[in-house]
Amino acid sequence: MSDAAASDATRIAVRKTYKLYIGGAFPRSESGRSYVVTDHKGGFAANAALASRKDARDAVVAARKAFGGWSAATAYNRGQVLYRVAELLEGRRDQFTAEVRAAEGLGARQAGAVVDAAIDRWVWYAGWSDKIAQVRGAANPVAGPYFNFSLPEPSGVVAVIAPQASSLLGFVSVVAPAVVSGNTVVVLASERFPLPAVSLSEVLATSDVPGGVINVLTGRVAEIAPWLASHMDVNAIDLCGAPGSLAEDLTVAAAENLKRVVRAGERDWTLTPGVERMLAYLETKTVWHPVGT
Amino acid sequence: MAKFEYAPAPESRDIVSLRESYGLFIGGEFTSGVDGRPFKTISPATEEVLAEVTEAGPADVDRAVSAARKAYEHTWSAMPGAERAKYLFRIARVVQEKARELAVLESLDNGKPIRESRDVDIPLAAAHFFYHAGWADKLEYAGYGPAPRPLGVAGQVIPWNFPLLMLAWKIAPALACGNTVVLKPAETTPLTALAFAEICQQADLPPGVVNIVTGAGETGRALVEHPGIDKVAFTGSTEVGKEIARACARGPRKKLTLELGGKAANIVFEDAPVDQAVEGIVNGIFFNQGHVCCAGSRLLVQESVYDEVLAALRRRLGTLRLGDPLDKNTDVGAINSAAQLAKIRELSDAGEAEGAQRWSPPCDLPVKGFWFPPTVFTGVSQAHRIAREEIFGPVLSVLTFRTPAEAVEKANNTPYGLSAGVWTEKGSLILWMASRLRAGVVWANTFNKFDPASPFGGYKESGYGREGGRHGLEAYLDV
Repeated sequence: MSDAAASDATRIAVRKTYKLYIGGAFPRSESGRSYVVTDHKGGFAANAALASRKDARDAVVAARKAFGGWSAATAYNRGQVLYRVAELLEGRRDQFTAEVRAAEGLGARQAGAVVDAAIDRWVWYAGWSDKIAQVRGAANPVAGPYFNFSLPEPSGVVAVIAPQASSLLGFVSVVAPAVVSGNTVVVLASERFPLPAVSLSEVLATSDVPGGVINVLTGRVAEIAPWLASHMDVNAIDLCGAPGSLAEDLTVAAAENLKRVVRAGERDWTLTPGVERMLAYLETKTVWHPVGT
Repeated sequence: MAKFEYAPAPESRDIVSLRESYGLFIGGEFTSGVDGRPFKTISPATEEVLAEVTEAGPADVDRAVSAARKAYEHTWSAMPGAERAKYLFRIARVVQEKARELAVLESLDNGKPIRESRDVDIPLAAAHFFYHAGWADKLEYAGYGPAPRPLGVAGQVIPWNFPLLMLAWKIAPALACGNTVVLKPAETTPLTALAFAEICQQADLPPGVVNIVTGAGETGRALVEHPGIDKVAFTGSTEVGKEIARACARGPRKKLTLELGGKAANIVFEDAPVDQAVEGIVNGIFFNQGHVCCAGSRLLVQESVYDEVLAALRRRLGTLRLGDPLDKNTDVGAINSAAQLAKIRELSDAGEAEGAQRWSPPCDLPVKGFWFPPTVFTGVSQAHRIAREEIFGPVLSVLTFRTPAEAVEKANNTPYGLSAGVWTEKGSLILWMASRLRAGVVWANTFNKFDPASPFGGYKESGYGREGGRHGLEAYLDV
């Protein structure tokens, strides 16, 4: 037996600690809690942070703090930042393929296709950043001496209950449409398969996405989602990953400050997304600008 | 120099022929209520009873929804857009033809000055039908896909501040997109909606396409919670809007749009032409007695011109004429109801109690009816209730600022986000401010301007969805 082979056989792997991603940092849950995540065969995969109400509120504070800068960034800039995420993800394709495989139990080829689709999705949304205003804006011919125009603007802080079954592609498909237009996000990852989302936050941290623009929580939907739905500084919520009965309660809670609510459930995330999710987090602002000498 | 007094110039009310009592407009006909009971609508300027109308009960609402469903399935959704368009054009024309009658009726029932109902409410209502008529056969070009579908039956609940205009904002886009409607006007202002029902008859609109059920909150609740409707559109208070959002969270999915309250900042910079700005301030808060969701109820004045602006404003308020809504010289009419008057009084008293200084021009109030003088509060802080809560009356709160950034900060410091005004001669400052104000409509060097082509609606707790323009169609299409 060669020395190299011997050391391979005895080397103990360095495991990763899976933490939350809040305001550009990787804290453990302030509650000190974690929960066991298993792989698709039921074996131990890791301890993920079990986010608390306080973590959720900290994440909203971080998202609100980041909103001013991110929403004021030029559309061209935001497009490049999203594209940069795709670049970094591409470089770690094998890692994510393995993680998605381990979590969701897909075959190697299928898992690879999912990662490819997730990368392509960032690219697709990156291209939208400087086109939404042209597609959704308007110059309105009012009967008076005004240049009247309407432009889409981001709603603010968006809470997202990520899809449960699709740990990476689903996650990207609900986060990217919110951030591309200047919203900032607090996202609760798939409860059963949270690990690919945590790894993705490592990609976000090393790309050019400013801290706080995307905040990733792991934990229980039933525990955390109600705090996000009732939070008065959250402007919109995507209930994708919340089960039907809970989604109704969350919609009721969201009415307290009239959050924009997206209730489209799980879908085949490999399909072209369409623009609905992106438009759900946009407000239309109409300006009457005087015309005269 | 001698001051010339105004002679009374009342618009004749003979043009309006009111029936003693009105039923519900269901399936193209006026019918008496099944489980409804009669109530009276009065003139808020004189407390005179104008007519008796029917408060629709749940069974009446159910009949109206069934009539709308039938019309949707058998007639309206199958009709080519070009034909729907012609009905809407017809309606627009009849509204124009009956403009004077509708204006008098509106001022009688609502209490608003005839000058406003004649020059703003009724012409804009006609314009809304005219604008949306043209969309009916062009929806595939509106940006909502190649063949956008209507939703079905829309349940619509409107407020009392612009009764016929709000009806037009609701019914015109709904019909243009191929939906049928059940509309409930506010309980204090049902008459122009009932007159509109007669207009539908004159236009030969197929029965059931438009149904009008009069009543109060319970009727509205029965309508928005009815399982047979596909769409809820509400304009009114944020409080009720939240209730509706909660109610629509459960049961069959209904598309929901809400146009709710506001606490708009009207921001005057030091380079603004003062006289023009003062006209805008007056129009912003005293137009329609301040019964305007997008009213400029918080005046933010740059500190350097505060004294000058306030002096000019007080001078101008001294010339406002309050009184008979039907007098063509009247600037400020009656408060719409006793309940609203009580609310305005309560909040104004709170303003004084919290330490703000209250001022009104010398102003004789009529003895009968509901009246409140134009009122200005100075020394207002952002924490005062009169700076935070929607008063929905002729009450202005004045605050100051030093820098544009401070103006933005103060303007956005509210749970609402419906509208804002900016007064400056500097175009770049207008656009800089407009991009930072979290409000759905930003008026620059003007205020309270409306147009059917211009999308209207709020951010945050002012609601969601837009009315008017290409954007407003989305609320009535299955997209």
